[in-house]
Amino acid sequence: MKAHRKKKLITILSALALLSTAVALLLYAIGDYADAFYEPTRVVKGDAPLNKTIRVGGLVTLGSVKRAKDSLYVEFDITDNQEVITITYDKSLPDLFREGQGIMAEGKLVDNKTLEATKVLAKHDEKYMPPEIADTLKKSHKEGVEKMKQEKNNEKGDY
Amino acid sequence: MIPELGHFFLILALVNAVILGTLPFYGAHTQHKGLMRLASKASVGQFILVLASYICLTIAFVQSDFSVSYVANHSSNITPLRYKITAVWGAHEGSLLLWIVILAAWMAAVSIFSKALTPEMRARVLGTLGLISVGFVSFALFTSNPFERVLPFIPIDGSDLNPLLQDFGMIVHPPMLYMGFVGFSVVFGFAIAGLLQGDLDQKWAKWARPWTTIAWVFMTIGIALGSWWAYYELGWGGWWFWDPSENAAFMPWIAGTALMHSLAATEKRGAYKSWTLLLSILTFSLSLLGTFIIRSGALTSVHAFANDPERGLFILTFLGIAVGGALSLYAWQFDKLKSNNNYTLISKEIAIVLNNVLLFCCLLVVFLGTLYPLIADYFLEQKVSIGPPFFDPYFSFFFAFILFLIPFGQQMNWKQNKLKTIAIEQFILLALAIVIAVFTIFSLTGELDLFALLGISLAIWLMLSCLLYLYAQTKNAKSQLAGLKKLSRSYWGMIVAHIGVAVTVIGVIVTTIYSFEKDVRIEAKHTVQVENLSIYFEKFDNYTFENYISSQATLKVSKNGNYLTTLKPEKRRYQVSNQLMTEAAIEPGFFGDLYISLAQPLENGAWAIKVYYKPFVRWIWLGALIMALGGLLAISDKRYREKKFRKVKAIKEEGLV
Repeated sequence: MKAHRKKKLITILSALALLSTAVALLLYAIGDYADAFYEPTRVVKGDAPLNKTIRVGGLVTLGSVKRAKDSLYVEFDITDNQEVITITYDKSLPDLFREGQGIMAEGKLVDNKTLEATKVLAKHDEKYMPPEIADTLKKSHKEGVEKMKQEKNNEKGDY
Repeated sequence: MIPELGHFFLILALVNAVILGTLPFYGAHTQHKGLMRLASKASVGQFILVLASYICLTIAFVQSDFSVSYVANHSSNITPLRYKITAVWGAHEGSLLLWIVILAAWMAAVSIFSKALTPEMRARVLGTLGLISVGFVSFALFTSNPFERVLPFIPIDGSDLNPLLQDFGMIVHPPMLYMGFVGFSVVFGFAIAGLLQGDLDQKWAKWARPWTTIAWVFMTIGIALGSWWAYYELGWGGWWFWDPSENAAFMPWIAGTALMHSLAATEKRGAYKSWTLLLSILTFSLSLLGTFIIRSGALTSVHAFANDPERGLFILTFLGIAVGGALSLYAWQFDKLKSNNNYTLISKEIAIVLNNVLLFCCLLVVFLGTLYPLIADYFLEQKVSIGPPFFDPYFSFFFAFILFLIPFGQQMNWKQNKLKTIAIEQFILLALAIVIAVFTIFSLTGELDLFALLGISLAIWLMLSCLLYLYAQTKNAKSQLAGLKKLSRSYWGMIVAHIGVAVTVIGVIVTTIYSFEKDVRIEAKHTVQVENLSIYFEKFDNYTFENYISSQATLKVSKNGNYLTTLKPEKRRYQVSNQLMTEAAIEPGFFGDLYISLAQPLENGAWAIKVYYKPFVRWIWLGALIMALGGLLAISDKRYREKKFRKVKAIKEEGLV
């Protein structure tokens, strides 16, 4: 190998080594900042940690929005069509917040049924559904259909 | 009929792009003059074809042709005309068409303004851009055709443009940003042409440099406009969210900034040729990646119009081909790239390496933070999101080093320097800057915030250092003015852009640390006190506009007892989509904005309002504009015009004209 090629090779290899170290370190650090997403079902089951910022998402249950008379404080329920959890919030809700609409709330769990939100996001396009929530609903829809089938089978068994 | 015509023009554009992307390469390879010349004509032709197609779509919007599904979904009978015209780029399909038009505009610009290039170079640059056009036009035709009809059931009315986009900022932000995004493909074209040619001389860098800078200028303005729009339109005074779509534009901007600097070393000193090339490829790849992020809907984002895996896959494949192809070519030609390594440790060359390394670290932070949710979803099967708690500290950490480096870097000469003189000068300035910062912060706020002190000292130091640089130029000249006049536009550009950086940094830090935000309850005909402001709620009215009803509160604000201003924050209800919008009212000021928005109605006609004071927030965008001005100054440098001029003169002398 010629000398200048060797030099080039060393430069490239050390650059790559440096780069991958940097990436590895950042990836290691980033985990601490990642706010995990949980569906209401998993929250109720107790899968979600209590004293860590998490995100939950689902549809706002019809008729569940309770606003305080003289402050911004608000309580509402969200659901993935299986379980229901309550969100409490004391800032102003986004314009697109509506009953029946998919929303995402960020905050800490008080218990496995209640989240104290620091941020509530409703997406800016009313047709748009955050992928996480769409997935959640799809999953619970599928599970629901299977459950129905099973129940039907059970019913058949009864006859 | 007109939509079909538009579709037809787009198909013709695809055919034309295929010709442009193949024959000129063959021509350059075989030295066939005619085929090489074809590149210019096909580029201008491409521009005319896609522009015609674009105009057809605009006509469909103006005529409210709701048989076209894209029009039906993003316009309505009562949408104001100006928003009908801008609704063309209000969503995925149309903004892709705008993208294609801008790409063709760049191609036409290259074919017109680079007469100085060798015929081979021109053919190859335009040919590469032709290939990119093939990718994007077929993306439009096969996955996102804006001319698709909804037949036979034509809706009577459309569903209106998203109210958030019915706004001046949204009219100008996307075209500016796209000019930048797409502009980097010209740089990519130059990189590919340079690689095919094999030898990358200093002329290559001289040609590629102004194109990089102009794309960067557009991108800077585009990002600033986006941030400004988010600030006044989203209703809660934030100006940067580290949202995936913002990062999508920010990443190529960072890479482009690094590229501008390394191109300087390549042009002036013939250094870092292979790195500069790699950086050109990287910048363009990040532009494509940005498109993927925005268009695929893979990441949750306010801009995620489309949630379509097919589109995502198309762009990802295109990205793979473009980047893979370019990198293979790079690997193949790598040995031919010989850089000038004649410099010492204390030189501008090394300062530029440090600049690039640090910018790369910033880029890495944004890149990993943006893509980590995808990585976690795929490998760890976890749905996570990464927000400011990660981006803010890590990005600022690396950026602080950049701020520390600039005063030294801009003072350095090529090849070698006496560090001692520069260091002594700069540390005196730094000490002076710290004194100014301590004095200002303490006298204004009565306390010293460590981060504010650090950031503001660095920014003031940078400004002082820029002034010192200008002063040093005048030292040996006859008069100060003569000295400043002698300074080339390139250097002016550098100094002005660096001052812009300092201005933005001051804006970011002061706004972040010293803003205040209060939610207050206010009753009609009552006054509330917020800090030193008293706000009087005079009345509440409803007004009907073209396509929305506005509910306005009239608030009289006085400061320390003196009348300041009347603000009218609104809630708007858009009639077609029945969508609610908060419209903040802002009293702008050079040293701070007063920003009030309506949160929600409470009992008995009272309202919850949000009151913000945002000191120095305008500096953020002002700094960006100053940076862009710096870029424009650099492009207007004599040496870029000289070349063309000389060539014309040469032709005249030869008697060819």
